[in-house]
Amino acid sequence: MVSAPSLGEQAYVRGGATQTAVKILVVGHFAVGKTTFIGSISEIEPLSTEETMTRAAEAVDDLKGVQGKTTTTVAMDFGRLTISDRVVLYLFGTPGQQRFVQMWEDMARGALGALILVDPERLADSFPVIDLIEQYGLDYAIAVNHFTGAPPRDEAALREALDLLADTPVVTCDARDEKSSAAALTTLVRYLLDRAH
Amino acid sequence: MTDRDAWEPEAAPLVRPYVITKGRELPDEEQLSLITLVTAAPADPRRPARLSPEEQTLLDLCSAGYLSVAEVAGHTQLPLGVVRILLSSLAEGGHLVTRPPVAPAALADREILQEVLNGLRAKFG
Repeated sequence: MVSAPSLGEQAYVRGGATQTAVKILVVGHFAVGKTTFIGSISEIEPLSTEETMTRAAEAVDDLKGVQGKTTTTVAMDFGRLTISDRVVLYLFGTPGQQRFVQMWEDMARGALGALILVDPERLADSFPVIDLIEQYGLDYAIAVNHFTGAPPRDEAALREALDLLADTPVVTCDARDEKSSAAALTTLVRYLLDRAH
Repeated sequence: MTDRDAWEPEAAPLVRPYVITKGRELPDEEQLSLITLVTAAPADPRRPARLSPEEQTLLDLCSAGYLSVAEVAGHTQLPLGVVRILLSSLAEGGHLVTRPPVAPAALADREILQEVLNGLRAKFG
């Protein structure tokens, strides 16, 4: 038996009776900062179907270069942003592991687009994520989450390494910072709007 | 039901969501997407509720306003597939009102994107 958590008024969608929901995916490899990004701009405490990784999964995931992270998001987490009286935006975050393919289909269906978070020090880890997003036919922008101590990388080199199209936006962001995260999201939406011509 | 169900575990509380939903197309996935908004319908005395404890729990959760299907799963910590099945059963019984998201075909709708862009700019400068 599951007991219903009692939720405050803010937990519910404001003006729900007139709202239409849209979603944007925030994706990236293991420990790139997706949860932090979503948490920085969500109006609700981010929710998840997250679970602590099992030992078996730990052996599969690549922990190199990631210190002090003992658990991870194995399913998805999400936040919410009320845009207007008509539109409420959900942000869904998930790692790029192929083994969650059913969940990817769920998430990708009907998404406006995707923001791909990239760690400049682990570029190769972003390849499978980009592949998946392209496979689902979603338009995307790249947000380079700069981690403390990581040297800046020049954009041309990064574009070449990730094999991006010339018009794919690349922005730098600090996923801990609300304004910085919002700016990355704004860049993506502006790009989607251009593509919708 | 497909053959795959034969070897899939029952919906036990500790089974991970993607194990339960894996390979199984829920009947009304289109109606109950992750971001379909749901709320409890006004109670109808002519239709007495005979709900399972889990259904009642979800209905209680949805009685104070609208939540997305994903949020219902997040708040209850129930697997998404289970939540979908329970919510669609509630909707079929007339206990739940659902607001589907924008149809995928209309997603290129510039109006929605423009509204999102304006909203982000207004909120975050």
